[in-house]
Amino acid sequence: MSQPRVVLEVADLSKSYPTFSSNMARFARWVGVPVSPISVFEAVRGISFALQEGEAVALIGQNGAGKSTFLKLVTGTVRPTAGVIAVHGRINAILELGVGFNPEFTGRQNVAMAGGLMGLPPELIVAVTPEIEAFTELGRFFDQPLRLYSSGMQARLAFGLATAVRPDILIVDEALAVGDAYFQHKSFDRIRQMKAMGTALLFVSHNMGDVRALCDRAILLDKGQVLKDGPPDLVADFYNAMIAAKDKERQQITQQRLDHGWIQTTSGTHEATTASLQLVDAVKGTNVEIALTGQSLRLVVAAKATQAMSSLVLGVMIRDRSGHVVWGSNTWHTDQVVTGVCAGEMIRFTLDFPCAFGSGSYSLTTSLSGDDTHLTTNYEWRDNALIFEVINSGIYFVGSSALDARFSICRV
Amino acid sequence: MLKALWTYRHFIRAAILGDLRGRFARSALGGAWFVIHPLALAMIFAFVLSEVMAAKLPGVAGKAAYPIYLLAGTAAWNLFSEILSRSVTVFIDNASTMKKISFPRLCLPVIVWGGALINHALLLLAVGIVFMAFGQFPHWTWIFLPLGAAIISMLAFGVGVLAGVFNVFARDVGQVMAVALGLWFWVTPIVYPLDALPPGARDIVIANPMTPMVQFYQDILLRHQSPDLVSLIYPTLFGAALMSAAMLIFRRASPEMVDAL
Repeated sequence: MSQPRVVLEVADLSKSYPTFSSNMARFARWVGVPVSPISVFEAVRGISFALQEGEAVALIGQNGAGKSTFLKLVTGTVRPTAGVIAVHGRINAILELGVGFNPEFTGRQNVAMAGGLMGLPPELIVAVTPEIEAFTELGRFFDQPLRLYSSGMQARLAFGLATAVRPDILIVDEALAVGDAYFQHKSFDRIRQMKAMGTALLFVSHNMGDVRALCDRAILLDKGQVLKDGPPDLVADFYNAMIAAKDKERQQITQQRLDHGWIQTTSGTHEATTASLQLVDAVKGTNVEIALTGQSLRLVVAAKATQAMSSLVLGVMIRDRSGHVVWGSNTWHTDQVVTGVCAGEMIRFTLDFPCAFGSGSYSLTTSLSGDDTHLTTNYEWRDNALIFEVINSGIYFVGSSALDARFSICRV
Repeated sequence: MLKALWTYRHFIRAAILGDLRGRFARSALGGAWFVIHPLALAMIFAFVLSEVMAAKLPGVAGKAAYPIYLLAGTAAWNLFSEILSRSVTVFIDNASTMKKISFPRLCLPVIVWGGALINHALLLLAVGIVFMAFGQFPHWTWIFLPLGAAIISMLAFGVGVLAGVFNVFARDVGQVMAVALGLWFWVTPIVYPLDALPPGARDIVIANPMTPMVQFYQDILLRHQSPDLVSLIYPTLFGAALMSAAMLIFRRASPEMVDAL
């Protein structure tokens, strides 16, 4: 394939919402009277980026970071205050499912109406209607009024319509998967297919699993600006570290890519830090970098308190290569909170666990905090602090969990 | 702006029909109500006023004169008031669609306008039926009626879109327009003849651009006269000015409308 085509270019895009002293001042401006607003809220400030065909980009960020405003700007429902948006191809946005539907109309009639609202020519709507009918699996409901639908059925119809014609750019605002588990798979598959055929995807999600699974790139927005633009694992971990505590001033976030490709993100207020971290064989006590399935492992964490603190909790999380959590818990859940920690004290934690993993690369993430969640007090959070490989020495299996599973066969 | 409307013509057509269909969905008689409503109005005017009240209109003979006078004025007025009052709230009513889907916003008042025109045509049809019940056949001058409907549309569309845009930012505009429309009805010679007014009041009514329009309908439906085309110049110019102002303000305000909804 030749050089991927750029389907969307955004340069120095800004959107501000002015507030006027009165409506009269606003109206006067339309007829040419120069009136300056009393205050301006900048929702999006100077965003520039480009999207190539077949690329999937996730927008992440806290509420109010400007994600939805940005999507609306690209979609064209909100006009920018400054900057340029160049769209090369057809754009299709799912900002909210079911907009433009009339509850008195049948599914078929609503497809015709809402499809027209999306700007589809009538011949095309007629052509894709059978396909929508098949995809949504509404059966006889397709020809019944929408008010008889369950909310999941309405969402299915809306999703089926919104994705009936493959656009060059698909914009989705927190509606990636709809309906029941079965239909969620189906809608995910459809998005993947469209991506494979060259549709660029721009979506907002708060589900870091979706972000890791679906996208090639993530953009972290904060206060209307791009804070981070890069590979999804890097940006997602940075985001996770960023939301970790309210007192962001004291937080420091550092990221580095380790030589084996994992990204280590460290954040926290540093009342307690990890002095050493070791993964050893539980029996022999030797360092482990490559573990065998079934091996007894021991994680040894030495934490140093730089200040006195009322409580200290260690959390450990094991993730596989795609970022999915295999296991995670902390000493708060096991009723082993260390209380009354003095400044300068060293505390050693050990965690024994069997290597019940499938072959592949795994990471250990550690956290030191005051209670069960790192969102209120975050002394230290180390994403991917330690990486280890697992080799399956026994019977072949796929997946990340080495279940103690046995077949029995008897010929009858 | 007009080009965008043209590409959305199929949608506009479907939306107008959908709007009409939606209004009488789940009723047994369905579409028949479109004719029954105006027919009932025409019947009420015809029977109550001619039989019960025996109202007489000076200068025109026949006991059907006053009901026909009323019907003619009401037909013209209903077109005006329907376009106007629905345009005032059309942007607010469709706020979520405007925020979530990118489409030419001018479609919305155009859909309102199309629906009102269809209603108007059905009302005239009903009037024609009532006429025949009275033994009169619609006069050839009826062919002028579309011209009247066009000028009334311009007036109503102009005021309606203008008020509709302002209403997005200041909701009082909608309330003011509702009151103003009630007042406007009474400064238009619909229920009374213009000659019955004292001179001071008459000047106000003559300044009203809807007055020649209502008279235009009355001339055609009641007096079977060729309408006075010269009298249309004033409302036409007035309507054109309102339309231009509405389009100008709509263009300027359009980017900010979604922000305020």
